[in-house]
Amino acid sequence: MHAMVYRGPYKVRIEEKDIPPIEHPNDAIVRVTRAAICGSDLHLYHGMMPDTRVGMTFGHEFVGVVEQVGPSVERLQPGDRVMVPFNIYCGSCFFCARGLYSNCHNVNPNATAVGGIYGYSHTCGGYDGGQAEYVRVPFADVGPSPIPEWLEEDDAVLLTDALSTGYFGAQLADIVEGDVVVVFGAGPVGLFAARSAWLMGAGRVIVVDHLEYRLEKARTFAYAETVNFVEHDDVVVELKRLTDYLGADRVIDAVGAEADGNLLQHVTSAKLKLQGGSPVALNWAIDSVRKGGTVSVMGAYGPMFSAVKFGDAMNKGLTLRTNQAPVKRQWPRLLEHVRSGYLRPSDIVTHRIPLEHIAEGYHLFSSKLDGCIKPLIVPSAA
Amino acid sequence: MPYRAEKPPLPESAEQLRARIPGWGADLDPADRPAVPRERLDPGASGAHWDLPEQQPERWPRERSIEHGRLTPVFGTSCPPKGLSGVVRRAAYARYSEGRAAHWLLLLAADRIDAVESHLASFGTLHPDNPITETGILGEPSARPLSSRFGVRRTDVVHQPLDPVIVAGPWVAAAVVGALVVRSGVRRARR
Ligand SMILES: [Zn+2]
Ligand SMILES: [Zn+2]
Repeated sequence: MHAMVYRGPYKVRIEEKDIPPIEHPNDAIVRVTRAAICGSDLHLYHGMMPDTRVGMTFGHEFVGVVEQVGPSVERLQPGDRVMVPFNIYCGSCFFCARGLYSNCHNVNPNATAVGGIYGYSHTCGGYDGGQAEYVRVPFADVGPSPIPEWLEEDDAVLLTDALSTGYFGAQLADIVEGDVVVVFGAGPVGLFAARSAWLMGAGRVIVVDHLEYRLEKARTFAYAETVNFVEHDDVVVELKRLTDYLGADRVIDAVGAEADGNLLQHVTSAKLKLQGGSPVALNWAIDSVRKGGTVSVMGAYGPMFSAVKFGDAMNKGLTLRTNQAPVKRQWPRLLEHVRSGYLRPSDIVTHRIPLEHIAEGYHLFSSKLDGCIKPLIVPSAA
Repeated sequence: MPYRAEKPPLPESAEQLRARIPGWGADLDPADRPAVPRERLDPGASGAHWDLPEQQPERWPRERSIEHGRLTPVFGTSCPPKGLSGVVRRAAYARYSEGRAAHWLLLLAADRIDAVESHLASFGTLHPDNPITETGILGEPSARPLSSRFGVRRTDVVHQPLDPVIVAGPWVAAAVVGALVVRSGVRRARR
C-alpha cells in the first residue's frame, strides 16, 4: 500500500509499505477513504515532538471502510463505513471508565502523561496513522463509529479531531450566557471553538491571529470580531481596550506549541526545540483574561517545559482547564448540531490533495500558502 | 469599567444574537453539553466488553516509560528502535522518567541522529532521499508563493528563512563528514 512516511524535519514522502496486520484480537484494519493534515501534525513535521521516528506514517484524522476485523470484534464488520476518533483508547481502564478517553492508560507504553494517538510519534504510543491507504485501528469495538447515512465524508473526517477539539475547547471554558470569549488562533480548531462558543451562549466572540485570510474566515464562518495582533504593539492592551479594561471572561488557546508573535519564544521552541512549546498564545491568554476567569487549552504542547507566566495565572485566580478532546464523547451532540444545520464542518476545507502529493500538502499547510486553512488528503483508491 | 460593580454592557442582546448566529444558545444549559457530569464511573458506556484487555504479543522488547508498572495491553508497532538512535532511545526510556528533562532531550537527540542515519542509509537503497521532492517545495509555483507571503502582515515570514537551514543542516553535516572521511582515506592511501 502507499503511505506517507516521515523522513526527518520538513521532509515526508510516499513509500510502499505492507498493509498493517491484525496485532490484537480487537483490532480492525480500515481502508482509508479520506484523511486530513492537522495543525498538530506540523509539530511532528517540524521535528518538535520527542521520539518522532523516521519511517513513521502520520495522520490522526481519517475515515474509511472496514477491511478486516480481529476475532473478538463484535460491533464492526468488513464493509462498514467508519469514522475513527484520533484517540486510541481501551474503554476499560481507570480513566476510560470515567469518560477520559483521551487519557487512556492501556495503549501507550512510551508515556503515562499522554494517551494513544494515531500517527503521532512514539511519545503517543508509536502507532502508524491514517495518511495511508490502510491503517490498523485498535479497540475496534470502542473507538470507531459507523458514519451516519446522511453525513458527507468530508464532514465526517472533520469530526474525528478538528470540530470535536474546537467544541471541546469551548466546553472547557465553561461559558455562561453573555460571556466575552477570546479565541487565540484562527486555524480549523480555533474557528470551530469560536463557532461553538456561540452555541454555548457567548455574548461576544473575538478571534486573534496574524493571518488576514484566516481572520476573514473567522468573521464570515465564525461570526466573530477579529484582532490581527501584528497591527498592535501589544495585543494584551488591545484586548483590554476592547473589553472595557475588564478582560475577557473566557479565553481559549487554540494555537499550541508553535505560537508566533514573540520571535525569541518561537525560535527557542519551534526552531531550537529547547521548549515544549512556544507559550506566546498561552501567556497572552493568561494576561488578557479577567481575574477569576477561565483559560481553556487544547492547543497541543509537547512534554517539555515551556516558559509560562504562571505567577499571573495564580495572582489572577484563574481556572486553567486543559485536555485533549475525548472525541467520541462529543459526537452525539455534534452530530445533532451538524444535522440541524447549525454548522457545516467542511466549510473550512480549502484544499483536497491526492495522497501521492502529500509532501506538497505539508509544505503548503506549514508555510500557510494559497489561503490554506484545512487540507484533506484523498488516497487514490478512495 | 471594572472600577465599578456592573459588567460592561454587551453590544447585542440574546435575541439579536439568536437571529444572527445559527444555533446560538443551543448548548446554553450545561446539561446539554457532552460529559456532564464529569468523571462519572460508567465502564459500560465505552463499548468495551472486557475488564482488562488481552495482551498484544510483544514481538521485540518494547521500550516503555519507567512510570508504567507494566507493558500496556496494546501498543504501536511502528519503527522499532534501530542503529545509534535506537541505542539512545532505549537509554532515554530505561533511565529517565517523563519528569526528567534528560528523557526528552535524549529522545530529541535520537530524532536528529535518526534523521542523519536514515538519510545516509537511504543512499544504499533504490529509493534515496531527495530533499527537493520531500520538502514539497515543488508545490510552490501553484501555491501563490509571493502574494501569500508578502504584502500581507504575517509574523512567521520573519523566521521562514530558517526552515531551509534546518532542512539542509544534516546534509551539510553529512557532506562535511563525508569529505573528512574521503580526505583521511586519501591520506592513508598515499602513505
Ligand atoms: Zn489534531
Ligand atoms: Zn483506557
